Amino acid sequence: MQDQPIKAPADDAAEGEPRRKRRKPIGWSMISIAVLVAVSAVLVYRRDGIDGVLDILMHDVTLFGGILPRVLAGCLLGAFIAEILPHDKVSRSLGPASGLKGLLIGTAFGAILPGGPFTAYPVASALLTVGADFGATIAMVVSWTLIGYGRAVAWELPIMGTDFTLWRIVISLPLPILAGALGRFVYVRMYPRGDDE
Amino acid sequence: MSAALLIDVILWGSVIAVGFIAWQKGPAVLTSSLREGTFDFIGIVPRIALGVVGSGYIAAVIPQEIITGWLGPNSGWLGVATAVVAGAATPGGPVVGFSIGAVALKAGGGPPQVLAYVIAWALFAFQRLLIWEIPFMPARFVWFRAAVSMPFPFLAAAIAMAIGKP
Repeated sequence: MQDQPIKAPADDAAEGEPRRKRRKPIGWSMISIAVLVAVSAVLVYRRDGIDGVLDILMHDVTLFGGILPRVLAGCLLGAFIAEILPHDKVSRSLGPASGLKGLLIGTAFGAILPGGPFTAYPVASALLTVGADFGATIAMVVSWTLIGYGRAVAWELPIMGTDFTLWRIVISLPLPILAGALGRFVYVRMYPRGDDE
Repeated sequence: MSAALLIDVILWGSVIAVGFIAWQKGPAVLTSSLREGTFDFIGIVPRIALGVVGSGYIAAVIPQEIITGWLGPNSGWLGVATAVVAGAATPGGPVVGFSIGAVALKAGGGPPQVLAYVIAWALFAFQRLLIWEIPFMPARFVWFRAAVSMPFPFLAAAIAMAIGKP
């Protein structure tokens, strides 16, 4: 299930410096994506020939080039936030005992966070590192996905239309808080001692 | 285009703002977080490259009409359930998911089903979990979050059916 050892988000309270997790360069997730991509590319080649393969490659390489600076911005944002947020304050306002207020803060933070997945996930990871619990971080990630303005303005509004998008967002408003609350509810029962593994 | 530019401005503005706060806490804080962020970036680029450059091929071989056919207006809760599965299985970036949703709406798909599809895809599209979330976050958190998110497309569809919108 897991391809890397994971540090508990709050197990480094005794140290002054928040410890960042280490990643393995290649895990099973990357291998499965690589296989999927290879099989799909072969299917495209058999259907559309080499032109079809090159068309998609050109398009996606352009897309990748456009995303790259934003990925850098996201990584820097995550690193700065992990460094400057005071561990004790984050634990208090977003930690396991932060209650509904912590979920609301997580939701608000996810909703105003700029950028795409290249920002949201590094920042969420940084929050876990500095003492936020699973519940508040889930509220943040779900809020960014469902009520964050980035994707809605750039993609959903033009493609899906205003009516659908606005109602979709209105219906989504309570979901981050509910998801965070459910996450917290399940987490304390799965890991009653408050640590992992 | 201007929306993308605005997002870039807000994004880099935020980086500069938190960078300034780090610098005020001391030059060592600034340099160590710059180094940490750069190493994260270097470690993540190959994964993103594979995901972004490869996802075009995956999207190209998925027959969209099969997905949209599942979301008919009279499909009821079974339609919502298939919409959730289809949302989780949809590969590719934002264009793919919303385009399939838009096509489904135009082809007469039921709004609650399309809503469930879009929300399921936003919450736990499997390819995005692998390409974007797993590289950045602890795997345990990613799977936990996806599992906890499971009921919410259904809840959204239920709300949509109750209020008759969108």
